[in-house]
Amino acid sequence: MRRRGRLREASLAYALLLPSFVVFGVFVFFPFAKNIELPFYESRGGVGFGANKTGGTRTWVGLEQWRDILGSEEFRDALWITLKFTVITVPVGIGLGLLLAVLAHQRLRGITIYRTIFSSTVATSAAVASVIFFSLFGPASGVWKLRIGGIPILEHPTWALPAVAGVAIWQSLGLAFIVMSSGLQALPDDVLEAAAIDGAGANRRFFAVTLPLMSPTLFFAFVVGAISAFKTFAEIDILTPGGGTGDNTRVLAYAVYDSGIVSGNQVKAAVFAVGLFVCVFVLTLLQLRLERRVKYVG
Amino acid sequence: MSVDPAGMVGSVGPVGSVGPPTWVAPVGSAAPGGPRESAGSGRRVLRYALLTVLAGLILFPVYATVVNSLSTPTEITPFPWFPASPNWENYSKAWSQGHLSKYLLNSAIVTIAITAGQVVTAIMAAYAFAFLRFPLRRLLFVVFLTTLMIPAEVTILQNVKTVRPWDGDLTYLALIVPSLASGFGAFLLRQSFLQVPKELREAAFLDGYGHLRFMTRIVVPLTRPAIAAMGLFAFLGAWNQYLWPLLVTSDAPEYRTVQYGLKQLAGGSLDQIGVTYAGTVLAFLPIAVLLMVFSKQLVRGLTAGAVKG
Repeated sequence: MRRRGRLREASLAYALLLPSFVVFGVFVFFPFAKNIELPFYESRGGVGFGANKTGGTRTWVGLEQWRDILGSEEFRDALWITLKFTVITVPVGIGLGLLLAVLAHQRLRGITIYRTIFSSTVATSAAVASVIFFSLFGPASGVWKLRIGGIPILEHPTWALPAVAGVAIWQSLGLAFIVMSSGLQALPDDVLEAAAIDGAGANRRFFAVTLPLMSPTLFFAFVVGAISAFKTFAEIDILTPGGGTGDNTRVLAYAVYDSGIVSGNQVKAAVFAVGLFVCVFVLTLLQLRLERRVKYVG
Repeated sequence: MSVDPAGMVGSVGPVGSVGPPTWVAPVGSAAPGGPRESAGSGRRVLRYALLTVLAGLILFPVYATVVNSLSTPTEITPFPWFPASPNWENYSKAWSQGHLSKYLLNSAIVTIAITAGQVVTAIMAAYAFAFLRFPLRRLLFVVFLTTLMIPAEVTILQNVKTVRPWDGDLTYLALIVPSLASGFGAFLLRQSFLQVPKELREAAFLDGYGHLRFMTRIVVPLTRPAIAAMGLFAFLGAWNQYLWPLLVTSDAPEYRTVQYGLKQLAGGSLDQIGVTYAGTVLAFLPIAVLLMVFSKQLVRGLTAGAVKG
């Protein structure tokens, strides 16, 4: 009797999980495995282009293509550009979000309006933000046509990446502000008041009390921000189509699309994708660890 | 950072609260206690000035876009003022010639289907993980979590091949089906399902409730705020998708969603710039309104607590 109950419970559980697992199986795990398998083979002949290719032969070549591609300058460049992009967007975005949150965290009449404005960019997407800035500052149609040394900023070899990063920062500012605000609001008021009574000035209170207490929120925002920065695609595709002048904005995610879909080099794209996966994987592990720690502290 | 459900494993958050994401909270929420300080009127003016300058800087791109969308091509200038007589022609052009009506409809279909699908599959999976005992439970849960670590870029090469047979109206399936399950959503809901009191469950089973009845009549209504939050995340994630719709609809313009459609609009000819501005506003507006409307509900959910004992 009891056994039958257990069996029924288990079958119900599997039935409830089935839809999710079918989707994950077909659209996450199977393609993931295929992506890992692909670079182990070299394919010759066949008709069609890229993902459309059919026929032809493929031979096992082991790690050869992995080594070639991971060791290539192209991969190193893409990884380096992705890192630069992340190092610009994440700290600046969080810093500005924190600044806005601190400024809006005071009792002033009408402060709600400012809060709403500061969080307003959450309503934009990467694509909307990019199109807004492209049509305002873009090289051809822009109202401003920002130039540096006579070169339109989005076509500039050095300044295109910071410009794209600026758009990404603006787009995520609303989210950063909201995350930092809720972090601030969760701080114990009495500690701050005690510091004020002890005669600590506003600056001192911020750096000696507020900032350390905010560290879990800040770390969380750093990791989530870094994961999302590593996956940046839409901003690159819209603001600097093709990956910028001299491929100077060709981040990893864009390189996967560019080499695999546009140029039809599936093997190269697969290796780049794994490179991106490893970065995101490490960051996610970091985040899960942190979450466990925070839960214990809370 | 962007509103990216897959990247937000931790909207369960540093604050440690389970439930609605923290990011919608401050919008229109009651003023919380800031540090009390008696500022002189001079300092107060300074503060307002600083806040206003920052607010202006943040809003300026949106303001310029709105103003330019209402201007005729000759009126578009670097420092636009609100036009005395708004020109709505750009909007009608964006709507029909720019295919915005089609793009918005496609986005709505795809987004609603994905949101509904994710909410249902996540409730089912979260219920299994929170309330049922079965072999391999821990392992399967870890498998669920690993989906969060696999970025779309790693799966697109094969997924494009998988959905290739789905063309014509089946393109909608290609846009929808890969997103019908969410490891993040299941994870988030499981956390709030676990907070449903044990006594409630025992009482329900004593009353002769089966699992399905307990799930639909008690667990789901009790955790509605968390489900709403998860649904909003799913909605935003689906609406904001860019890479996958680009891959699936690059050869099928009728099925483009608004995010990818906007790029097509922006890449158009020069005299269309006003139309691009109008299209951007049309793409932006529904979400702005939605967030305004739902922020209050979510805030209420936050303050009432995810589960009322």
